[in-house]
Amino acid sequence: MRKKEYLKNIERSSLLYFEEFRDKETQQPAVTPSAEKERFKIIGNSVPRIEGEKIVSGQAPYTHDIQLRGMLYGKVLRSPHPCAEIVSMDLSGAASLPGVKAALQLKEGKVKYAGELVAALAAVDENTAEEALKLVKVEYKPLPFVVTPEKAMEEGAPQVHDQPNVRKINDYSRGDIEKEFKEADLVLERTYKTAVEIHQVAETHASVAKWEGENLTVWDSTQAIFGVRDGLARALNIPASRIKVIKHHMGGGFGSKLGLNDYTVAAAKLAKDAGKPVKIILSRKENSICVGNRPTSLQTIKAGVKKDGTLTAFSYKNYTCGGVGAGDSCAEPLVDVYKCPNVKVEEYTVFANTVASRPTRAPGHVQGTLALEGFMEELANELGMDPLELRKKNYSLKSRGDTDIPYSSKGLDQCYQIGAEKIGWERRNKKPGEGNGKLRRGLGMASQIWWGLGRAGTQADVRLHPDGSVEAICGTQDIGTGTRTYIAEVAAETLGLEPKDIMVKIGNTEYPWSGSSGGSTTTPSVAPAVRDAALKAADYLKNLAAKKFGVTTDQVDIESKKLFNRNNTAQSIDFQALIREHRRELVFHGECGGRPADYAYNTFGAHFAEVEVDVETGKIKVVKYVAVHESGRIMNKLTAESQVIGGITQGISTALFEERVMDIPTGKVINPNLRDYKIATSMDIPEIIPLFVDMVDPRANILGTKGLGEPPRIPASAAVANAVYNAIGVHIREIPMTPDKVLQALKQKEVA
Amino acid sequence: MEKAREKQRKTFTRRDFLKGFGGGAIGAAVLPKLLAQEMTSLQTRKGNIPLYSRKEIAMTVNGKQLRLVVEPRETLLDVLREKLNLTGTKRTCNRGECGGCTVLLDGFPVYSCLYLAIRADGRNITTIEGLASGDKLHPVQQAFIEKDGYQCGFCTPGFIMSSVALLNTNKNPNLEEVKEALSGNLCRCGNYTKIYEAVLTASTRRP
Repeated sequence: MRKKEYLKNIERSSLLYFEEFRDKETQQPAVTPSAEKERFKIIGNSVPRIEGEKIVSGQAPYTHDIQLRGMLYGKVLRSPHPCAEIVSMDLSGAASLPGVKAALQLKEGKVKYAGELVAALAAVDENTAEEALKLVKVEYKPLPFVVTPEKAMEEGAPQVHDQPNVRKINDYSRGDIEKEFKEADLVLERTYKTAVEIHQVAETHASVAKWEGENLTVWDSTQAIFGVRDGLARALNIPASRIKVIKHHMGGGFGSKLGLNDYTVAAAKLAKDAGKPVKIILSRKENSICVGNRPTSLQTIKAGVKKDGTLTAFSYKNYTCGGVGAGDSCAEPLVDVYKCPNVKVEEYTVFANTVASRPTRAPGHVQGTLALEGFMEELANELGMDPLELRKKNYSLKSRGDTDIPYSSKGLDQCYQIGAEKIGWERRNKKPGEGNGKLRRGLGMASQIWWGLGRAGTQADVRLHPDGSVEAICGTQDIGTGTRTYIAEVAAETLGLEPKDIMVKIGNTEYPWSGSSGGSTTTPSVAPAVRDAALKAADYLKNLAAKKFGVTTDQVDIESKKLFNRNNTAQSIDFQALIREHRRELVFHGECGGRPADYAYNTFGAHFAEVEVDVETGKIKVVKYVAVHESGRIMNKLTAESQVIGGITQGISTALFEERVMDIPTGKVINPNLRDYKIATSMDIPEIIPLFVDMVDPRANILGTKGLGEPPRIPASAAVANAVYNAIGVHIREIPMTPDKVLQALKQKEVA
Repeated sequence: MEKAREKQRKTFTRRDFLKGFGGGAIGAAVLPKLLAQEMTSLQTRKGNIPLYSRKEIAMTVNGKQLRLVVEPRETLLDVLREKLNLTGTKRTCNRGECGGCTVLLDGFPVYSCLYLAIRADGRNITTIEGLASGDKLHPVQQAFIEKDGYQCGFCTPGFIMSSVALLNTNKNPNLEEVKEALSGNLCRCGNYTKIYEAVLTASTRRP
């Protein structure tokens, strides 16, 4: 497949879920997928979260809250230098401080960013551990370093990895762009820039490790319990069968908790050494500098276009900086979303002495969409077209810009229609910046594309206990998206029960396998697996009842906690009574199947923002927001709305405020906290209207559902930037759009 | 008297902060030493806190009267979480930037990460665990469930405490008042609009 080749170019070990996409994509379907046409009673409604009461009463256990008998507190020593050789380390002073139970050197040789883990220790309480950190003596030989992509690209800049700092990560082309540029009616070129965005999860990263003999249990604040288990097995060189990873509740991940972390290994090693459980909770500062971020981008788009708006050629170049790791490939939206036969893409990563980036809610697509959709808006203005009409003009029904296989379902056209109507698209400035006065209003929009498919092989069990109570079990994790609740919905729907009748068990590697919660893959993986298991359970029970009623299985219905003969409803038996009579424990195993390979599976959406810009102060205020998404069947309207609102809030936040700032002389982060790294508060968020094109994908999986985690995050910053352009008549082309940049742009416009 | 104290707390000054240290056994003699102390130069030995002794305090937590011994450097947040095992109050930034640790102190919201436990001597503390009466959730808690006023739920206890504090003083707030009252709480999942909805819904249900 083209996507497979394309992704192969992205050398990015941290993008675990992309790796998994590659493996699963070519697999044959495990079952013949046919999305069920039927309407459901529970699925798709607004169902409050089943764990709600625990959360609102402070009883939901997060990894921070795990307390074990005799537990020690671990702390990590981090390099103060952005690049240095560790000459020597002396832990004896720290180890001899009363209360310190273990101290380990965990790094030798070269450290490559300020904040890199070099040692860890564990003590009876946090204060003692912190005091002990000060007693570790490390001699460093500081080396030359570089912390910004601009400096790293300069001739003679210090090499981060003993090789050139600039490396190609993506090379793609189709058709002939040069020919089309020559023949185009208009050729436009623009450059867009995005800053480093930090995840700033609410629950800072944390792990608790406990050994019992040779067996290790780890409570981890993670989006991937199985990934952590397998990573630990490799790091500690013990079989995965001896490791159990548990995650009950987690305070936000957004991609920063998708893999094994060095401090988790440290906690396990310290616990082994000390013979006691060890808990490591990172501080807010550590969370700001040591556990990844969204890499920068510097994207240049050039397009050839006919007078009527038909796109004929795209060229795209991107320089991304992900610190010591590779940055994000951001070209995908441009390569895929609009009909364009001729495309050339070149992307480069730039290495610098800052922490490696990590996937950040829709890696690459957020940056790529800001550029592509900003460009479409500017292009529309050059052509004198309505930006929405320009997008419709280049609408595609097949992937890779209408050059590859067809989409299995694509509701983007409906997203456009509904969204434009809801926001009042006709109210926009026909000519950007045509308004006057101190406060200028403007409307902008952006389109979204993402994957969001399930992983074939995801497993779930439905267990019926002899007393008739029901468990749905899956080794997935709820990262705040409502996983527990839709598992209960699916099992209840299938078995004719209510969500509260289902005991949902997740977040433990002793349960049936499920992949990481990243890439918007969880719902389309887990829900079909649970459905499969529950359907098997329902069939088994129907069969039992059929024998009782003296009819065939297909004449039995299961509904309202009863099984009954469809043709004679007087013949019925209570759900629980039937199981009780059966006098045994029943376990039904379900799996998420594959899907036909000759279709492209994507999620789509369109966002519309209205802003008000104060042209005297440069302050931007978002005043109204409408989002419409097509992610297949919506499993739970209530939690789906929350996903969308959250994605938009984060998008507004990044568009207006968020930027990690490096101190170039010292190589340190200037704003590693929540005061100086500003994120949106309640005062910054307007009315948001989340809407869905609730269409069922006919082939994606047995429920026809697709992911919704990433999609609402993708077009949000772009829609806001485009609304600002519509308000003031100049595209800022850079986020965050802080007041200084707004004023600068207005000044340049005046000069021009 | 109570009115006067309320007023004082609303206009919180550095002087109030200093006065907070003055209560109980730690008298004026210890105070300057405490404030001048550089934490970095502390030579702590486990079981032997050299500079100033531990102090016994009495406070009411969720209706229960408690006596406990705290170190002067311990925050109310850490005492709640580590000593009283009330882990519903979260440590999110630990420096007064996010509101995740908000508790009610005599009915007023405070960031417990910035509030030294010794200052809570004689005070009445309500945490998220103490809001429900028996099995019956507080209307704000109930509304957060119904309106999905959370995602990961980690900031939720702080938001609920701030919301309860708002409704204690303003029984019928409008949207702007809700936004302002919650502006000291950060929700990274970004579910603010659902949170407003929950608080406004709860306000209609109060007796």
